[in-house]
Formats: sequence, C-alpha cells, structure tokens
Amino acid sequence: MWFMNFLKRGFIWNSRKNDDMNKIKSVYDFYLKGFRSMTVGRKLWILIIIKLFIIFFVLKLFFFPDILKSEYGDDSTRAQAVRSALTK
Amino acid sequence: MNDLISTVDWSRAQFALTAMYHWLFVPLTIGLSLVVAVMESIYVRTGEERWKGITKFWMTLFGINFAIGVATGIILEFEFGTNWSNYSWFVGDIFGAPLAIEGLFAFFMEATFVAVMFFGWNKVSKRFHLTATWLTALGVTLSALWILVANAWMQNPVGMSFDPAQMRNVMTDFWAVTFNEVSMNKFFHAVFSGWALAGVFVIGISSWLLWRKRNVQAAISSMKVGAWVAAIGMILTFWTGDGSAVAVAKVQPMKLAAMEGLYDGHSGEKLVGLGVLNSAKKPGDNEPEMLFEISVPHGLSILARHDMNAFVPGINDIIAGVDVNEQGDTINTVSYAERIEAGKRAHDQLREYDKARAAGDDSAMQAAADSLAKDFKFFGYGYFSSPEDAVPPVALTFYSFRVMVFGGSLLLLIILIMVWASYKKVSFLERPWLHWAGMLSIPLVWIVSQAGWIVAEVGRQPWVIQDLMPTTAAISDIPASSVKLTFWIFAVLFTALLAAEVSIMVKYINHASKGNIEK
Repeated sequence: MWFMNFLKRGFIWNSRKNDDMNKIKSVYDFYLKGFRSMTVGRKLWILIIIKLFIIFFVLKLFFFPDILKSEYGDDSTRAQAVRSALTK
Repeated sequence: MNDLISTVDWSRAQFALTAMYHWLFVPLTIGLSLVVAVMESIYVRTGEERWKGITKFWMTLFGINFAIGVATGIILEFEFGTNWSNYSWFVGDIFGAPLAIEGLFAFFMEATFVAVMFFGWNKVSKRFHLTATWLTALGVTLSALWILVANAWMQNPVGMSFDPAQMRNVMTDFWAVTFNEVSMNKFFHAVFSGWALAGVFVIGISSWLLWRKRNVQAAISSMKVGAWVAAIGMILTFWTGDGSAVAVAKVQPMKLAAMEGLYDGHSGEKLVGLGVLNSAKKPGDNEPEMLFEISVPHGLSILARHDMNAFVPGINDIIAGVDVNEQGDTINTVSYAERIEAGKRAHDQLREYDKARAAGDDSAMQAAADSLAKDFKFFGYGYFSSPEDAVPPVALTFYSFRVMVFGGSLLLLIILIMVWASYKKVSFLERPWLHWAGMLSIPLVWIVSQAGWIVAEVGRQPWVIQDLMPTTAAISDIPASSVKLTFWIFAVLFTALLAAEVSIMVKYINHASKGNIEK
C-alpha cells in the first residue's frame, strides 16, 4: 500500500514537475525570442552591460569602499567610530 | 579644517551631480510609462491599428530612457557608504527600509512587466499586454514612492528614536515614516511633475514631427495624449506644490524664508513674484532684503498658511525664536541660540555615555542616555558656533524657486495652447512658432524640474537630516582629493550616458519618422 502511495505521490510530483518545467521553458522561450527580435534594444543592452560593469566592477570595487565595513570588524566598533566622529 | 570643508563641498557637489543626472531620466520614465499606457488603452478600446504603431513608437523611447537611466541611482547608494558613512550609520536603520522596498519593487514589478511590454506584442492577449503596461507604470510610480519617503524623512525626521548604544536612529513607527507630513505631498508633487515632463516631451517631439511635416496624423494624435497628460500633470503639480509649501512652512520654516529671501516676517506677508536679492544682506543687519521686486500683496501668507493675514516668520524671526499665532499673539518658539546650547548639551551627554560605557557603569550610561533624550531633537545644532551657520544659501534657493514657478507657468500656457489646438483648431498646429514653442519646451521642462529639486535640497541646507545632522557632520573622514577624482569620473560617465541616450533617441526618432509610425 505504502509503495502504491509512494508511486502515486511520485507520479503527481513528476507531473507537477513537468508542468513547471513547461512553464519555465515557455517563459525562457518568451525572453529568448524577445531578445532575439530586438533592434534598438541590442544597442541598449550593450550600453546597459557596459554601464553595469563600470558601476559594479570599477566604481564599487576601486572607488567606493564602504568605509565603516572595510575599516571596522563589527557593529560595535562601527558604532564606536561614529560616536567618536560625531562628538569630537 | 580646510580639508574637511573641501571634502564636504566636493562630496556635496558629487551627490548633487549624481542626483541631478539621475533625475534627468527618472521623471521621463515615470511620465512616459503613463503616456504609453494611455495610448495602448486607446488602441485596445478602439481597435485601431494606428494606435498600436503610435504606442510602440513612444514605448521604444520609454525603453531607451529606461535602459540608460536604470541603475544610475545605485551610485547614490555607493556614495552613502563611502562619502557619507557617518550619515549612513546614523540613519541606516530607517533609510535602509524604504530603499530596500524600492529595490524589490523595481526588480519584481518593473523587470517582469517591462519584459511583457516589449516582448509580449502578439504573444499575449491585448488585455494582458495592456495590464502589463499599466502595471509597469504602477511599478515605476511605487518605486518613486519609497525613494521619496526616504527623502521626505530626512526633511522631517519622525517615527524613530535614538539609541546611543547602537549610535543609530531606530525606526519605531513605519507608518509615521511613510506618511509623514512631507512625504505624500513630495511623492505626488514629484510624480505629477514627471507626468508634466513626459507630456511636454511628447509635445516637443510631436512639434518636431509637425515642423518637419512627417507623420502628421500620428503627431497630432500623440500631441492630444501628450498635451492632456502634461496639462493634468502640471495642474496637479501646482496643486501639490501648494501642499508642499504649507508643509515646508510648518516643518522647515527656514527653507521657506530662504525661498522668499525673507528676513523679517510680517502678518499678511507679500509674495515676491520677481525680484533681485540684495547680496550684501546678512541676518540681523539693517540692509534692505531686495534691490528690486514685484510682489503680490498677502501672497506668502496665503501660500504658506492659507490665511491672507497670517504671520510668516523670516530668517531673523526664526533665529530669534519668534512667531505669531492665529490670534495675532506673539509666541516664543525655541531660539537658535538655545538650540545650539541644547545641541552641545546633547553632545556632552553622548560623551558621558561613552565614558560610562567604557567604564562599564550601567547606571551612569542610563542617566546620560536619559539626559541625551531630552535634548536630542536639537542634536544637530551642537555642531554650529553661531545661529547664522544654520541659514541655507538664500540666493540659490530664491532664484531656483522662481525658475521653477515661472518656467512651470510658461509651460502650462504652452501646454494649454497645445490642448486647445490639437482638439479644437488643428490648423493652428501648422504654425512654425508653435512648433518651436513645443520643441523649446523640452529643455525648459527639464530646467524647471531640476530647479524644483534645487529648491528642495539646497533650501534644507545645512541639514542632511533636519535638526539632527548637518552636512558637515555626515561626511566620512576621507581626503578631498579622492572625492574630487570620483566627481570627475562621474561627470564624464554620466555625460557619456546622456550623450548616448540623446544620440540613440534622436537617431530612432529620425529613422522611425521617415517611415510610417502608425504601422
């Protein structure tokens, strides 16, 4: 009996899984076809990628460290640093 | 000290530059999302294919602006961590919540529905597509809500308490933060100004099409929608601007005084329409405020307190802590000299707290925390040596306010002419001067929009958080040279992005308009 239930649950799970997979595939296809049919959008995507690269991999990494996070190890020392800075 | 001032000024300049560039893109995204949704609604309702073509044309321009503008706001958050670390820590608990919600909205709503908008034509039903377009507009607007709530909180810090152990302001009432006196007016004012800006953008491009005699029918149809959106947006912007003025009079009276160049207030105070400030005027002296002025009698009292005889305090009154109530009785508020004393007491108590904490003396810590709580609302004044330090740059605030109001009024006139002409007298739209008025209104609307933010942000100086933290205290201990370097990197990067946007847009408009936009 338990074996039948196991199979049944497995079947339901598999059928749900298949449905989900189909849905994911249709969403994937929707985006893929959309990206492929772009005209002006291609140029824009190149710009977006260049921009995001500059923002996250150049500016953030080399020019914009989080001062408190990088210089102090925990929240207590960060709080102390701000307290000292604001009351000096 | 000089290096500190230099770091403050460069950080301030950098933040202003980043925010102003960011605000070039944002209002157009907010407003064009609505324009496109209205156009697509007409398409779905009438079933006329020409409206689909028109919708797609403007949707592409929306997409270009969206793509170029997306993530430019992230840089502001980097600046918080690097240049404004004291500020970030001091208010991070409060400021972080609206920004996090904005991030979620931006990602889930915009990213999902923008994709359906652009990729979903002929793949999903008309109504589903239309729903996605409206939800994109809603998502964009709600993103703006959370950013503006965060900004409004800085102008009117409520719904929080200060915890000296964490050295942070901790949110105690989310709804008080969200619906504080400044936020809702600020939100609607900014969103409606975005509608006006995008409507004017549509008017301007349509005027160009009419001037070049390309796609005339599509231009007139676009003009009808753009002019209506602009008219509604501009009228509501004026309306919410009135609400903002009342809120400013209540929670930031110094900003209002700077907007008017008003040093000595009166009952039934006039509103300076046009004027030239006396640059030699300083708080407390006897110099005249204006060298030249054309004023509206009782105007400022009506604007600020909705009562033509109400007293509106000037800079000297606010410094002295003097106001007049509705019954006409002089009342004493807290003078700036007293606020500075209270602020310095709060600093002393914080130092005492720190010493007690180092000594492990819990009762002394509690006593210092209790004393600090009494004076905390004036904590920021403790950084000033004289009341004049708390006066914003009057000239920039005063002139920006007039650029905003007069520019907005001129735009409203142009918009109303376009509404009338496009609906009632289409032949009027053939006049070249009107085409030029439409085209020139594009740069004007951006100047007006930026001027509005200058009023809001310069007018609240020297505060980064009203009464609690001046800009000079918010800054990180970093050398001015590094801020200078990133300032110029941003200037180059954003100018390049702007040039790319304008170039792609112009090429697209030129190319698309040579064909038939309606197909």
